Formats: sequence, C-alpha cells, structure tokens
Amino acid sequence: MSSNARFIDFKSDKQPTWCPGCGDFGTMNGIMKGLAETGNTPDETFVVAGIGCSGKIGTYMRSYALHGVHGRALPVGTGVKIARPDIEVVVAGGDGDGYSIGAGHFIHAVRRNIDLTYVVMDNRIYGLTKGQASPTSRSDFETSTTPDGPKQPPVNPLALALSAGGTFIAQSFSSNAKRHQEIVQKAIEHDGFSIVNTFSPCVTFNDVDTYDYFRDNIVDLDEADHDPTDREAAKDKILDNDKEYIGVLWEDEDATDYNTAHGVDEPMHEVPDGAPDGATDLVREFY
Amino acid sequence: MQDDLNWAIGGEAGDGIDSTGKIFAQALSRAGRHVFTSKDFASRIRGGYTAYKIRTAVDRVQSVVDRLDILIALTERTVDENMDELHDGSVIIYDGERTEFSDFEVPDGMVGLDVPLKSLAEDAGGAIMRNIVALGAVCEVADFPIENLDESLQKKFGGKGEKIVENNKEAARLGEQYVAENYETDFDFELETTDEDYVLLNADEAIGMGAIAAGCKFYAGYPITPATDVMTYLTGRIEQFGGHVVQAEDELAAINLALGAARGGARAMTATSGPGIDLMAETFGLVATSETPLVIANIMRSGPSTGMPTKQEQGDLNMMLYGGHGEIPRFVLTPTTVSECFHKTVEAFNLAEKYQMPVYISADLSMAVTEQTFKPDEFDMDAVENDRGKVVDESEISKWQDEQDRFKAHAVTADGVSPRAFPGTEGGVHMSTGLEHDELGRRTEDVDERVEQVDKRNQKVATAEEREDFDYREFGNADSDNLVISWGSNEGAMVEALDFLAEEDVDVRFISVPYVFPRPDLTDEVEAAENVVVVECNSTGQFADLIEHDTLTRVERVNKYNGVRYKADELAAEIKEVVA
Repeated sequence: MSSNARFIDFKSDKQPTWCPGCGDFGTMNGIMKGLAETGNTPDETFVVAGIGCSGKIGTYMRSYALHGVHGRALPVGTGVKIARPDIEVVVAGGDGDGYSIGAGHFIHAVRRNIDLTYVVMDNRIYGLTKGQASPTSRSDFETSTTPDGPKQPPVNPLALALSAGGTFIAQSFSSNAKRHQEIVQKAIEHDGFSIVNTFSPCVTFNDVDTYDYFRDNIVDLDEADHDPTDREAAKDKILDNDKEYIGVLWEDEDATDYNTAHGVDEPMHEVPDGAPDGATDLVREFY
Repeated sequence: MQDDLNWAIGGEAGDGIDSTGKIFAQALSRAGRHVFTSKDFASRIRGGYTAYKIRTAVDRVQSVVDRLDILIALTERTVDENMDELHDGSVIIYDGERTEFSDFEVPDGMVGLDVPLKSLAEDAGGAIMRNIVALGAVCEVADFPIENLDESLQKKFGGKGEKIVENNKEAARLGEQYVAENYETDFDFELETTDEDYVLLNADEAIGMGAIAAGCKFYAGYPITPATDVMTYLTGRIEQFGGHVVQAEDELAAINLALGAARGGARAMTATSGPGIDLMAETFGLVATSETPLVIANIMRSGPSTGMPTKQEQGDLNMMLYGGHGEIPRFVLTPTTVSECFHKTVEAFNLAEKYQMPVYISADLSMAVTEQTFKPDEFDMDAVENDRGKVVDESEISKWQDEQDRFKAHAVTADGVSPRAFPGTEGGVHMSTGLEHDELGRRTEDVDERVEQVDKRNQKVATAEEREDFDYREFGNADSDNLVISWGSNEGAMVEALDFLAEEDVDVRFISVPYVFPRPDLTDEVEAAENVVVVECNSTGQFADLIEHDTLTRVERVNKYNGVRYKADELAAEIKEVVA
C-alpha cells in the first residue's frame, strides 16, 4: 500500500447495519478521510472499538482492527500503540462505552497521554439495547429504564479530559462532514492523546438530541474567536452547559506523548529465536 | 554437629525482617549452601507479627519442616508464635534491654542469648543496625564464617556508600564478639561452606526472567499480593531488552493492554492473583475467541473473594480451567518448582503463539515468597528456544487471502491453527472480534460457520495434545502400590516427605504434574496402584476431581487449606495415615 492511500481504501466491502440516517456514518467517514488525508494506509493503521453501535466500526473500515468488549477499547489501543509506535491507532467508542463502563480507562488514557485518537460517537442514548439512558443523557430524558429521567446530570467528558491533563480536546458534529473531517485530522496529527467527542445523533431512539437540535444549538469555535491554546478560555467553554461547541477547544502543542517520554522506539513484534543477548546476566544477578 | 539448620527472624512488620532474612539467605547461598526460605506475614504495612525463615543445608532443601533451631526474636510474641517449632536446645537471641523483654523467661531446655542488639548497633553507628548485630551473633552460634555476610551487606547497602557498608560489617562483628565473650560457645551447629555456585530466587522472579528469555517485551499488571514481584522484577529490566512495563489502572485494563500489545505482534503478558483473575475473566474469552496469544500468570493465594491475601492456597484450579462464560480453549501450566517456573514461562509463550491461545501459568504464594537455591545451569539461557508459530509476512500472505485479496485470519485448517499477520504486513489487514466470526474475522451467525470456528478452536487443543509433551515427573519407587499425585508447588515438600516415609518403611511412587490442561492421562498409573492419594492445598480436591474424571477411579484426598504450605514431615505423616 502506498502512502497516498485514498479514503476509499479504508472502506470495507461490508455494508453498515446502522439505521438509515444514523450519525455514525458521518463520524466514520470523517475518520476514514482523516486517516487518508494524514498519509496513513490501512496496513499501518489499527482501529479498536468496544461494544454497541460504535463498536461495529472495525467491520465497516478496512485496517487492522480489534472489536473488543464493552468499555475496554482504550486499554487495547494503548497496548497496540506502546508495542507498535510505528502504527497509527484510532479508538472509536460510544458514550456508554467510553463514559460509563469505560470511564475509568478514559481518565487514565488521558493521563498517560498515549498518542492515539479517540473518537466518541456520542448519541446520548444506548441505541443497540433499544433506548436506555446513557451517561450523557439529559437528567430529565425519559427512557424505558428511566421513566422520570436519569435524575442525575450528564457526564461532561471534555471537563473530565481537561482535568485529567488532556492535551487535545475537541468536539465535533458528524453531520458537518468537512468540519468533522478537519477536526479528526487535527486529532490524528496531534502528538498525544486526542479526544474528539462527536455528536452522532441516534435517529431511532433519541428524539431530543436530534440533527435539528444540534443544527440550532451548535456554536463553531472557529466563529467564536476561540484560541485553542488558551486553557482558561477552553475551560470556560467546556463548563458552559448552555451551548454545544464544536472545534478544537484545547491543544497543548508542547506536550510530550507517552511513547516519546517513556516508551520504546523500536516496535516490539520482533522476537529472537532464543533468549535475547545479555539474558545470562539476569541469572548472574541472583548469585 | 548439626548442618541442616532452621533459622528465623521475627518481629513486627516494619522491623526490617525481610531485608535481614534476605541478607542472611544470600550469604548462605554464596557460601555454597542450599537455602529454602519462607515467610509468615500479615496483610498490613507496619505492626503485626511477621517472620522470615530459612532452612539451610549442604544437601538440597526443598521444603520447610516443623523445627526451628535458631530464632532471632525482636518481640516476645515471636517466641510465642514459634513455640510449636522450638525444641530442646533451640537458641533464642533477644535484646533483654528492651522493655518488651523485661519479663521474658527463656522456655525450659532452650538456650537464651541476651544480646544488647540496640546498644551494640549504636556503638557501630546507629540503632537501625540491630538486626545486623543479631546476624553477627548467629554467625558465632552457628559456626558460620562471618566474612560470608560481608558481600551481602555490600550488595544491600553499597548504594548508600562505603561508610554504611563498613558500619554494618562492624555491627555484625560486635554481635559475634559479644556472644563469644559472654556465652559458652559450644553450640550444636556447624554450617559448612562449599565451593558450589548457587542462585537464589523465587517463583515471581523466575517467571519474570522466563518472560524476558522468551522475548516478552510487554507487561501490564496491577499490584496484588503475591503477584506483584513479577512486575517489580520486570520493571527496570525488561527495558534493557526493548520492552516496557505498564502499571495499569486495574486488572481489566492490564489484560486489555496486554491483548493490544499481543495484537501488535509483541509477546505480551500479565500477572495477577485470584481476585484479579476474576476481573480478567471478561477479556479472557475475547483473547481466546480472537485467537490472540497471551500469557497470564496467576500467583494463587487464599480465596474466595479477598480471602487471606498473604496466605497459601491452590484454590483457583477450577477458575483457571473453567473460568469465563461459554467454552474457552486454553492451556493451564502448573510448574512444580521455582526453576520450573522459568522453563514453563518460556513454554507458555511458545504454546500461546503456536496455538494462538491464552495460556495460564500458575504459581502460588508459597513459591512466590520462597527464595530457593538452584544451580545456575537450571536457568540455561542458551537452551531457550522461541517458536512464534504461523506468522506470515508479505511473501506468504497471498496463500492466505481469499479471491478478493482479503486475509483469512481465522482460516479453518486441519490443525486448527490459522495464519497470523502483524499490523504493518501488506495484505494482512483484518479484524478480530469476540463475536463469532467467519474465516475473515467478520461477525457471523451462520450455523455452519459457527460450528466450524468452534471446532477449529477446539482442534488446536487436540493438535497440541498430539504434538506437545504434556508429561509428568516421577519420584520414589515406580513399582510401589502407593501412588501419590500432586500438582504445582507441593513437589518439594512431597519429595522430602518420601525420605520421612522411607524411614518408616512406607514405600511410595510420587507423580508431580506440571500441566493441568491439557494434562497427562494417568489412567494406567492409577490402575497399577492400590492406594492413590492426591495432595493439594485446597479444601475440596479440585485436582483429585480431575483424576477421578479421567481415570474413573476413586482416589483418596489429602488437603490443606489453613493458609500454610505443607511441611515435609507433616505431609509424610498424613500420607502414611492414608496408605498404611
């Protein structure tokens, strides 16, 4: 595969089973285009996903991929990246996957500043289990399991990421194809952990956080005079619950990613036929 | 003169018990003596009774026995805790100047050596060295050349500067001198030295060393007693071989990190203990279904739940065999000695990659907290062979592609083993998943494909049984009517128990099994014996169940589950009761 891979090269021949109109189509297209635009090839890309609608992404894309278990995609992606610094790693998840069952892993992946791109398909509902509240559902969002709403405020993933020392924090809207692709591209280019929380509406079960809602309420940071290198400004926007910002909220361009700071340069997939040179010294230590 | 010596230092956690014990154990080992250590400790950082015990002899020692000859008692409780093992002639070294010992009376028949450990340590440069003073006293009592301590002190304190090393050497000599000057020194002990070279290490260290030997470059784990030493060992060492250790946020992350690294093509492992195995069970199924090679070390402790974290048990056998929902092919290796932990770890990596499966390698607390001497050639790095199985590169990839050039990562083959392509391999792009999948790795609910893939995964076990040597080790009299079988760490105690049994004219054939799944078929051996006894550290006899299942024969069970390992003499008595 040459380095001038095209978007289409990242597409598998499997037709997505997402509902017609699902936001995940746009989210995935942005990832594929972002990967192609940043010079990656399917042979040198690894995509990890968990469970749920978002988890199917590995099937619909063409790259090395692992479809794991619910909430554990980030540790898998981290393992791939540490072992293979030469491989581009993208982790895709849903809001339940990333902010509920996988919330612990999320915080720690941010802290580690591992150089991967984490795209969360945030539809603010559990889709594949047919419409229960998710951690980003509004507190009064009525569902089959929360008839009076979840009675607790939604998780603010960007605030979590910022407080955990995130070095690239962005939000996106799957329907704004060009803008979404541009944000994902920047995330891939960032040296360190990048989160792109992507509004990815569920047309079947979520009648509140719809395409129309987002179109009416989104504020693009490019039109809001926002400086993504200003952490205070990022904090103010992230904690502003009245608006739905998209764009890069915060980027620490000077951050050093985990592999550069602590990891290995040489990929780990080579193994000698016998014990590595110098192994006998290990025995001597016990004399 | 007595050469087989049982020694202990005991006090409160935080008293430097462990490091003092280790210094003495290393000195003995360097003096060409065999050493077997054990530890009594509680799950707390400071306070509470804790002890480091050493059995040492010129001949090989592989177990603890019910006897204590020399005891350094830093607290009076230390004497009480060990009363069962102390005997007439036992020497107790204590510091009578401590308030703790103001009312202390040396038990009848024993020899009490009141040594002002703290004052002498202060004379040498600081009260902190009181344990070293006691070690010097031991050298005098046991007729062990004190020079042998010097190198251990150098190794332990060299990093803190020569002055500290010299002070410690001085402290030891003051202890030796005090005993020589104040007591009759015709003790019954004489620790000979020899020219033999030995190494001294525990199971966790042997597993860590085996991992590096096998080319493992990625380790992720979460601290848990008694598995943490694997991570401690690898940290700072694996980096020298191009590897990396991650302390994960939890066990779920640890196994998923290792899974990721393995998918990247690295030899990867994690280690934990029972409670961590529970948490990893979720991903264990994914590892098996996605056919990812992964090594998981389970260093068992007393369960269930958090149980007794600092106590011995072999209670996780069923968990390793059956843990996880659905049907999961796996290998379960149960090395029976510390040195075998090294070899079986190398084997675990080879099995994992040759058959693309998760492999459990188990040890237990009694091996993990036991430093034991071995001849260095038992860890022969030149004999290590690494086999990566069916890894394919660009040149072979087309053989494994379908008509649309898609890589068949889960191709159905006669031996059940599919090709493996690492990321970066041109033409090897594929997805893996915990969902049932077709040959390409794509989700399927097709009834035929489901059966094909299940059969394929099971076939790998059948293939391994044909190709590999899942054998047992044998001791004692092969023609005996009495057959004792054990798995894992009981081997040392049982081998020594054979000597005790022989003294009482009880003839035994002993089979030690280092593989639980797949495992050797012992039907012929069981049928040939009149009495069959399965020994294990759990209450129900999990391994005995397997033997009965395999051989369709009832067996006797000898079980211990009070948290303490078998002692050789105790085990001999229990065996005798069953077979005689």
